Amino acid sequence: MSGPAVELKNVSKRFGARQVLDRVSFRVEPAETLVLLGSSGAGKTTALRTINRLVVPDEGEVEVEGREIRAWDPIRLRRRTGYVIQDVGLLPHLTIAENVELIPKLEGWSPERRSERVRELLAFVGLAPERFAHKKPRELSGGERQRVGVARALAVDPPLLLMDEPFGALDAVNRRRMQDEFLEMKQKLRKTIVIVTHDVPEAMKLGDRIAVMHGGRLLQIGSSSEIVERPADDFVAELLRVESALPT
Amino acid sequence: MTDTLAFLLERRSDIAEMTLEHVFLVAVSIGIAVVIGVPLGILLTRRPSLASPVIGFASVMQTIPSLALFGFLIPIPLIGGIGNTTAIVALVLYALLPLLRNTYAGIQSVDPAVVEAGRGMGMTDLERLRLIEIPLSLATILAGIRIATVNAIGLATIAAAVGAGGLGTLIFRGLSMVDSRLILAGAVPAATLAIVADGLLGRFERWLGWDR
Repeated sequence: MSGPAVELKNVSKRFGARQVLDRVSFRVEPAETLVLLGSSGAGKTTALRTINRLVVPDEGEVEVEGREIRAWDPIRLRRRTGYVIQDVGLLPHLTIAENVELIPKLEGWSPERRSERVRELLAFVGLAPERFAHKKPRELSGGERQRVGVARALAVDPPLLLMDEPFGALDAVNRRRMQDEFLEMKQKLRKTIVIVTHDVPEAMKLGDRIAVMHGGRLLQIGSSSEIVERPADDFVAELLRVESALPT
Repeated sequence: MTDTLAFLLERRSDIAEMTLEHVFLVAVSIGIAVVIGVPLGILLTRRPSLASPVIGFASVMQTIPSLALFGFLIPIPLIGGIGNTTAIVALVLYALLPLLRNTYAGIQSVDPAVVEAGRGMGMTDLERLRLIEIPLSLATILAGIRIATVNAIGLATIAAAVGAGGLGTLIFRGLSMVDSRLILAGAVPAATLAIVADGLLGRFERWLGWDR
């Protein structure tokens, strides 16, 4: 594929009187990990949600694989886009295996292919399939549930992965472990990934490039060293200073 | 006491027949009310601006004294008149509120993270409804059906006043003849029906809710 995997062009969005996105533009290259970094209310989650059309911009364009978002069938687009959220949102009445195979099932995969895929994915995210496949989400710890969320997002092998504060609900130890595993996974899968976080060290660790957002605007985009060495303005400098000082 | 028992035994075929009529009235009414109320309750979660007028209407229905409602319905063509239809229409109207309210509340209370995840994964509206929202609110919806059923069993005794049959016939007959044994012959089976229905539906509800 040539050209960027995802591109936002001058995207603006209002919720009532609040301008949540103000002419935001960025590109994500294929197999790149871009982190959207900012404090709460910065507009990073909304920006992420324009990519799988959970939010439709008021102005501007969003392109996925070179195609404008409104030209995509939203269902098709979302099925080829893995989506991981902080609260995970596993279906509490289904087993882990049933949660993971949900979309493959809707896509009409055969039962054999589905259970094969479930085993593969659970093993991939570090959960022994024979131990976890038949459990219910409430029997799992927060970290384990988050892994299932990742496995589910990868189920149909989407080329694009969107993650909204994926490790936000975890304690420090689990969080660090998941970050390390994420880096490993990233190496193996070579997917285009967009991650939202408010955590500066996490952004530095996970992102190939970082996009700093505040008040609905994109302040700076670049590699972590570029941002640390040449912050675009006082706010970026301040964010790095304050947030880095906080324990994660 | 033994006198009453002997009387009940003597009338057992009458009582059995009227119990069957009663069950029929309630089953048909609740069936129709579920077919109307559950989809309407789901629709209200999609059009929240309609929720308060529609649930308001159902609440007003609930406040009309049942005997009066039967009376109001009699002169209305097609749905009124003397007999089953009038009774069923009235019972359906009374059953709507618990069904609407519980369906609406049940679906509203589904964890938004689960619904959001479903949307983000690319489930269509119907798939979300079928695989997430209905299964997760089933216990609440069923609680509504249970309340509606128990109510309807009680209300259906009054339906005898418009000639719909059922156990109310015995009660009304007992009242006019000042025969407490006849009143008991209608009231005891009606109460028993209500208790049995409540127990069965309650058990079903717990069975559905066990994994949540």
